[in-house]
Amino acid sequence: MTNPVLEIQNLITEFPTRNGVFRAVDDVSLTVEAGRTLCVVGESGSGKSVTARSVLQIVDHPGRITQGRILLHRHNTARRQGDEDDIVDLAALPARGPEIRAIRGRDVAMIFQEPMSALSPVHTIGNQIVEAIRLHEAISKKDAMDRAVELLRLVEIPTPEKAIKRYTFEYSGGMRQRAMIAMAIACNPSVLIADEPTTALDVTIQAEIIDLLRRLQQETGMGMMFITHDMGVVAEIADEVAVMYRGQVVERGAPLPIFEAPKEEYTQRLLAAVKRLDEPSPRRLAMRAASPPGATALKVDRLAKHFYLSAGLLGLRKETFVAVNDASLELREGENLGIVGESGSGKTTLGRCIQGVHGTTRGAIRFTGRDGRTTDLAKLKENELRPAWREIRMVFQDPFSSLNPRMTVGQIIGEPLLLLRTHSKHSLRQRVCELLDVVGLPQSAYDRYPHAFSGGQRQRIGIARAIAPEPRVIIADEATSALDVSLRIQILDLLLDLQERMGLSFLLISHDIAVIRYFCDRIAVMHRGKIVETGETEAVCSNPTHPYTRSLLSAVPVPDPRQRGKHVRTRYRADAESAA
Amino acid sequence: MLLGYIFWRLVWSVPFFFAASLIAFALIQAPPGDFVTSFAATLAQSGDVVDEQRLEALRERYGLDRPFLTQYLLWISGVMRGDFGISFEWQQPVSQLIWERMGLSVALALGTLMFTWAVALPLGIYSAVRKYTVSDYVLTTVGFFGLAMPNFLLALVMMYVAVVFFGADVSGLFSEEYQRAPWSWAKFVDLLKHIWLPIAILGLSSTASLMRIMRANLLDELNKPYVTTARAKGVSEFRLLMKYPVRIALNPFVSTIGWAFPQLISGAVITAFVLSLPTAGPLLLQALLSQDMFLAGAFILLLCCLSIIGMLVSDILLAFVDPRIRYR
Repeated sequence: MTNPVLEIQNLITEFPTRNGVFRAVDDVSLTVEAGRTLCVVGESGSGKSVTARSVLQIVDHPGRITQGRILLHRHNTARRQGDEDDIVDLAALPARGPEIRAIRGRDVAMIFQEPMSALSPVHTIGNQIVEAIRLHEAISKKDAMDRAVELLRLVEIPTPEKAIKRYTFEYSGGMRQRAMIAMAIACNPSVLIADEPTTALDVTIQAEIIDLLRRLQQETGMGMMFITHDMGVVAEIADEVAVMYRGQVVERGAPLPIFEAPKEEYTQRLLAAVKRLDEPSPRRLAMRAASPPGATALKVDRLAKHFYLSAGLLGLRKETFVAVNDASLELREGENLGIVGESGSGKTTLGRCIQGVHGTTRGAIRFTGRDGRTTDLAKLKENELRPAWREIRMVFQDPFSSLNPRMTVGQIIGEPLLLLRTHSKHSLRQRVCELLDVVGLPQSAYDRYPHAFSGGQRQRIGIARAIAPEPRVIIADEATSALDVSLRIQILDLLLDLQERMGLSFLLISHDIAVIRYFCDRIAVMHRGKIVETGETEAVCSNPTHPYTRSLLSAVPVPDPRQRGKHVRTRYRADAESAA
Repeated sequence: MLLGYIFWRLVWSVPFFFAASLIAFALIQAPPGDFVTSFAATLAQSGDVVDEQRLEALRERYGLDRPFLTQYLLWISGVMRGDFGISFEWQQPVSQLIWERMGLSVALALGTLMFTWAVALPLGIYSAVRKYTVSDYVLTTVGFFGLAMPNFLLALVMMYVAVVFFGADVSGLFSEEYQRAPWSWAKFVDLLKHIWLPIAILGLSSTASLMRIMRANLLDELNKPYVTTARAKGVSEFRLLMKYPVRIALNPFVSTIGWAFPQLISGAVITAFVLSLPTAGPLLLQALLSQDMFLAGAFILLLCCLSIIGMLVSDILLAFVDPRIRYR
């Protein structure tokens, strides 16, 4: 405790609800030191975001701080004035008053998770950065603009003079987060609170953003409070770790002891889940040893999907966007194939083409049905796809928006069966109850609506809907991405369970290598619409041959603080390669 | 990009205009017979001798003996030159009859629109920011009352109140001495003295609905992450409100300008009757009743034009206000 800049003492933040007061932050004490990084980890709902927002008193209505102190030690910051201690209790300031506003963005700045929605869509990036500067410093618009350009340059945005006049939707996800960081550091804050700043980003971009934040911290000496649920990121950057669970800090300390000898039961469980995800599922290996994958169920041959956009001044020029470029892959019976790639790599489009949601531009999708007949789905018209839709089913990423909120769980799961007209009313109900049982939900769920269930439970509903017509192939598009680590494993285990029972084959689309390593027998790496590498998962992960795969793997943060700074990250530039 | 957008919107307005004029013309032709037949009927009714030759001459003059499309082309080419034909009932060129009334209608509609916005938007914002407070409930109640009350009824009540309690006649848009007078500054001032009441009456129900829409729009925006970001920057609550969520919540309003206009003009007919306003609505209704089809057609065409222009203006404004539209 040498140089504390921000000290949270016994903070309690509460949300009054109809069913009484909900305590989101329960007696939390934390310290952020100058030039060091405090990582706050925990699963969704653990209160880590609310803690961060309490610091600036920007907790969403009707939350309020009911107890505790949040001390900003201004004498330990770059803004030091005189020799005396200058301590402000942020929790004591009125939330709408000018005093706290003068601190927000100046002494304590914040960056948020989703850079698209956290920036205004109708103002230019420059406008938003200039605003942050001019709120706290009396300088002219032009000077502020120059400074904003410098800031964008600092966060490595190419051609900052032009980029500053752009809108957020013209930026890529990584660029948006860089702009967000530029805005946050505009007034040289003493403390930077980063609330899951890399969760919505690809791993390679995540690695770059983390590098950037670390570099900025070294240059400015700011203290950082980094909120994340990713233990790999924690291992990478934390100087101190605080583990939160149900509103409380259950364990605090340096990263090494926490990772290697966690004292609390919750931390142990969390780390165990992370470690389990880092290796192949033993269950899967045992299943494959007992019955190796069978004949080919699905063969995709040089599939291409182009989208046409209009461009140019008068919109006359037609532009072609190649989403999937000559992708070939093969899925055997009882096998799990993982498609990994970053956002925009075409992996989702590929999945949708196979399912017949999108038409294809070129290529063949040969699907072998239960009856042993092989048909090329790419040639079928939409009304001929019905039988195929029964056998190839989807599980979607977002368990919240992929279930109709106005249908009961029973209706949702029963819908595909209803469409097939295979069941009478009574047997339909029976079948749905069976399915609920299979996915581990109580039968009482039948008449309830999706909003009554948690994210993990909803994903189980989505899975029950997918397996209802007894398909052969399930395409799971980022099916576990919205879930916490421990839930992720549970869902993947459930899928393995179903595989054993029903002889399913899975096509798992994910950006998360760990998930694919755990669940998939083989992996296909996609980059800009192309499959650049395929092979046995372990072989590809331990010995990647394509430079893009290497760069992707090297960007994945390892949940082991001892590895920090040891593994070398390689960057892959497709342009450089194609030029060579 | 924006220029290209405006260019294409302008280009598209042209076929829209012709389609609208074709429909307007088809409506004129829709009733059985033509106006010469009904003219003959009127003449016969008043005991005049119907001169077949004169009728034929009239038919020829208006090309009524020709096929529909030829007639349309004749009419539309006349319209292009500013000749809307002759009003049957008034025995005057249509163009002499409509412009002043259209002008007053547009003035009334514009005034109502501005009044509505000026009142509804601040109240809507207030009611969203102070949601579920006493003031929000009061505004909501008043709003629903205004929504439920038909305009003409309110007009009647206002006239009654004005006459009984203040002894003032609030109907019309001008005092007697200015009714037939040519336009002058004094006449304009007189118009301003009269126009506020119809504006308030016509504006009430749309004020109420706009207030509710603004409240709902803003409530959606108030909890967006970008608002939190701005707050975390240290922006003051009022500035934050105005710069971010209100601006985005305004988008739907900008896009309604297009149909607010013709709606105001055609929706004001009954009120205009009650208040005996010299606007387009009553004349249009009368023209339709007496099958004065060139007059009615001209009005319908002008209303269509107003919608097209309104849509164009609102689309262009929207592209200015919301950059996301521009780049789509």
